[in-house]
Amino acid sequence: MIDDANIELLVNDVLELYGYDFTDYSRASLKRRISRLCTLDHFPSFAELRHRVRHDPSYLKRFVEEVTVNVTEMFRDPVFYQALRNDVLPRLGTHPHIRIWHAGCSTGEEVYSLAILLKEANLLSKSILYATDLNPNALEKARAGIFPMSSMKQYSENYIAAGGREDFSSYYSANYDGVKFDEQLAKRMVFSAHNLVSDSSFNEFHLIICRNVLIYFDKKLQDRVFDLFDRSLGMLSYLALGSKETIKFSQINSRYRQVGKEKIWKKLK
Amino acid sequence: MEEVEIVNTLSLLVIGGSAGSLAVLLDVLPLVQLPPSKAIVIVVHRKNTPDSLLSELLASRSGLPVKEIGDKEPLRGGEVYLAPPDYHVLFETDQTLSLDVSEKINYSRPSIDVAFTSAADVYRERLSCLLLSGANADGVDGLRYVRSLGGMIAVQRPETAEAPYMPQQAVHHLPGIREISPIDMPAFINSL
Repeated sequence: MIDDANIELLVNDVLELYGYDFTDYSRASLKRRISRLCTLDHFPSFAELRHRVRHDPSYLKRFVEEVTVNVTEMFRDPVFYQALRNDVLPRLGTHPHIRIWHAGCSTGEEVYSLAILLKEANLLSKSILYATDLNPNALEKARAGIFPMSSMKQYSENYIAAGGREDFSSYYSANYDGVKFDEQLAKRMVFSAHNLVSDSSFNEFHLIICRNVLIYFDKKLQDRVFDLFDRSLGMLSYLALGSKETIKFSQINSRYRQVGKEKIWKKLK
Repeated sequence: MEEVEIVNTLSLLVIGGSAGSLAVLLDVLPLVQLPPSKAIVIVVHRKNTPDSLLSELLASRSGLPVKEIGDKEPLRGGEVYLAPPDYHVLFETDQTLSLDVSEKINYSRPSIDVAFTSAADVYRERLSCLLLSGANADGVDGLRYVRSLGGMIAVQRPETAEAPYMPQQAVHHLPGIREISPIDMPAFINSL
């Protein structure tokens, strides 16, 4: 078992030596991920893990990848995608160009999901999807657009549950145990590293999607990120969060109205 | 800036279960008295369907305030909290709950092991954990950890479980663990 003081030591090391700031991450999750990493990489004790992190810069990539959570799927929570399709995309379609920011996109499954929705609404060619994550490994995978064949059955079911009417397999070509998604989808995506903790706003968007990222932050950091999103959204633009996340207890809440039952808000002032 | 220390004196019961546990909860919860010094968190394996009505069902049957956990939900005494489908539940030192979508553990999310372990880190000897009917071994490692930190652990008596595997595994791996029949559970919970 790793005690809380050790977590603080490691958080300070990673910030001072490498500039990754986990200071305001939720402690329960950090503790669990760091304990798990100790077990996965067979460190006999916390001290050995800390030594490796401090003295082996090449290990940092692994540390960041394992401490942050990169579990995602296509059309995760199909009713959410149904709401985007029915309630949000028709509004976005009224703009000459559509700018979307997918913050914390991980390995990109949800970015491709959204691109498919945009394509089916005939909006893809005038959209740009900026997809960011702090994890460079995850971004590489997202950029490649290759996902495991073994997940396609589930993704196809999600797609149908989200109101999809095409043949899902028409969006990818299969190759052994991986599938590569249509280049036409990836053409409208821009992937780049962005850290919600330390980086600032980089554009004004019509839709920001950030799902199951804020649950790993404490309240203080959540509020800072909400401010960042608020500064990056134009009037009548949309903010979409994970199914258990809410802006209700934040200071930006009064300027937003929830759209339907899903975790989607529209900026009103 | 000086931070206000939150003194966390709540005592906590975490109940884990899988196949066959819902019927037990529906029988037991109506007879549970929940004072303001005590909270209950329920982690059961279930399908991820939109608009789940389980919290409403448990609330209306038991007369207790039952709510599905949202991110950073404050834990209040006198209330019952239900893990949402497809999220792990973690316990913060400031008496709030966090959610987590990381890998399934024991093919399960929420995982009972994850909840028991995280709760033990914060609540230690103020924690009790009860493992009900179920068909896999999720929860057993968590119970062991809870006991090592001074928490109280118990299982549903395997003979009374619709799916006895889960409590049986706990009895097998954790000698001396208390075994409780559903009929005795309300008194047991009220005595904690």
